Amino acid sequence: MSSQTTDRRQDASASASVIDQPPTTPADAGALEEDRDTLVKIFQQMLLIRRFEEKCAESYSLGKIGGFCHLYIGQEAVGVGAISALRQDDYVITSYREHGQALAKGMSADAIMAELYGKATGCSKGKGGSMHLFDASVNFLGGHAIVGGQIALATGAAFASKYKETDQVTVCFFGEAAVNQGAFHESLNMAQLWRLPCIYLCENNMYGMGTSAQRAMSFQDIAAKACAYEMASEVVDGMDVMAMRQATQRAVERARKESLPTLLEARTYRYMGHSMSDPGKYRTRAEIEKYQERDPIKLFKVRLEENGMLTDDDVAAMEAEVREQVDRAAQFADESPEPAPEELMTNVYANPLR
Amino acid sequence: MAVITMRDALNDALREELARDPNVFLMGEEVAEYQGAYKVTRGLLQEFGAKRVIDTPITELGFAGLGVGAAMVGLRPIIEFMTFNFSILAADQMVNSAAKMLYMSGGQYKIPIVFRGPGGSAYQVSSQHSQALESWYAFFPGLKVVMPSTPADAKGLLKSAIRDDDPVIFIEQERMYGMKGEVPEDEDFTIPLGVADVKREGTDATIVARSLMVPTALKAAEELEKEGISCEVIDPRTIRPLDIDTIITSVQKTNRVVVAEESHPFCGVSAEITAEIQERAFDYLDAPVKRVSGVDVPMPYAKNLERLAIPDVPQIVAAVREVAYV
Repeated sequence: MSSQTTDRRQDASASASVIDQPPTTPADAGALEEDRDTLVKIFQQMLLIRRFEEKCAESYSLGKIGGFCHLYIGQEAVGVGAISALRQDDYVITSYREHGQALAKGMSADAIMAELYGKATGCSKGKGGSMHLFDASVNFLGGHAIVGGQIALATGAAFASKYKETDQVTVCFFGEAAVNQGAFHESLNMAQLWRLPCIYLCENNMYGMGTSAQRAMSFQDIAAKACAYEMASEVVDGMDVMAMRQATQRAVERARKESLPTLLEARTYRYMGHSMSDPGKYRTRAEIEKYQERDPIKLFKVRLEENGMLTDDDVAAMEAEVREQVDRAAQFADESPEPAPEELMTNVYANPLR
Repeated sequence: MAVITMRDALNDALREELARDPNVFLMGEEVAEYQGAYKVTRGLLQEFGAKRVIDTPITELGFAGLGVGAAMVGLRPIIEFMTFNFSILAADQMVNSAAKMLYMSGGQYKIPIVFRGPGGSAYQVSSQHSQALESWYAFFPGLKVVMPSTPADAKGLLKSAIRDDDPVIFIEQERMYGMKGEVPEDEDFTIPLGVADVKREGTDATIVARSLMVPTALKAAEELEKEGISCEVIDPRTIRPLDIDTIITSVQKTNRVVVAEESHPFCGVSAEITAEIQERAFDYLDAPVKRVSGVDVPMPYAKNLERLAIPDVPQIVAAVREVAYV
């Protein structure tokens, strides 16, 4: 082995430890100066997503949800924090782990759960399932199931905003494994070259299915890859919802005012396996518990309580409300009809074949 | 009507549609400043500016996916592949995104996009720059596949493709860009997708041909006419939707069929057409359907081998004689 090769290997293992270092951009002191309603709503959304996902796990075990079902538990702060920084007419597009982001974008819990149940009342009429939630009415451009494929689509949505001069921003969520795909590099190159208002938001939960990033990425400092395209970037604490909100606000400003893209790397962790079919044996209990100590919902709850914005009674009331909403969604999904057989052949073409 | 090349007919279609609809834009490698690798986009940058006619980096998956994303939110992109051989790099976006978006969103996101460029055999450019991929794209529900064989068809079909709300794969035969023909100058001239054209009427045998095989079949029909065999030549013009009714009607009249194509026979378009004919018109057939296809090999470089790999007039003549039992 040449000395050069040895050096590179040492470099790779050194950069592996980057993941365990404290995040570089925590929420600043002004984070809690926002009005209480906004902060409480952010907390409630995270709680809704957590309970919704727990219900998904239960329904999946009961056979009510089929196919693949990827849960977002542990990553709530990323989706909620980022989307809370957007305008309603901004676009969000993401991967197959998208229930949480769909809820945060304002999609109905009923329509999402019905989609997971494969019902006619589902947001995609039962034709998409867990990995393909869509809602044009809130500019949610969907969950996409080919790793990295949506990064190119996001670039197109941002291109269209600039073309039409609408000042809408597009946020594209993807996991760290998607960074190895060509779509990531091709998109970042074009976005910076053409100054497209796109925020590329990498949710680095450190595992691409069962393979740790350390075994799949030669260089694991994802935010640093932006420099290959002269793009602005930031590493954010993905367990801190206000850090996510503030970093996204900075990126939104850059996109809306300067029409420039940003790469955000959110350091986060998924508590569950890759999907419901993955017991996650490639991780130790100690590792999971270490991250659960910094649970995004607990962290934010403590911070709000310490600042006198939330009491135990408030939380209990919110819990009851959220659980009721989730139960209602499950009941709605359960009682909804299956798609009519003739739906099999609809929506294949917008201008049907002769 | 003006007599112009297929290249200029395509150029006219692009110009007219760019002028008609501000949401239409054209994107691809060398389409703007270089004026198009095959000069189909000549003059469009000067006329419509860099916002509407966009040179891309060499990054097929990226700009094809960008086009699909832009189509999701209301634009009507025309994505040029310098050749369809390079579309293979973008196949994920064409198949997994464009073809399926309407369906998996339950009808919410339509994708009005055209992927166009040269395809098929070329002039000694060997395997990676010379192949006919239409059966690939025709395989996927959600995609439409178009292959014109005359300058007029090229213009009328391309304008329809741009106005269509679905993703359309529009394959121009590389050897046919210089082919001349009469083309209507009317800006409202379009040809609907899914309507076959009878390129020549006849009574003794039907030749189904598309793209470069249409002029080849017409020459074969002329030779056969001298022998007293009258051939009907049907050009489906679109592979998907396929106007099988026009083909069946012709078969019911002639009772004998040859299907000619440049591309590989295995799992190819001719196999599909042949299967449809035997399902719908078996009782009308006086002979088994005969296929004349490209040879099932990667395209060779050597001139003589390349010629052997693509069907020619004598092969089609021989096939018609075979089904006519002469």
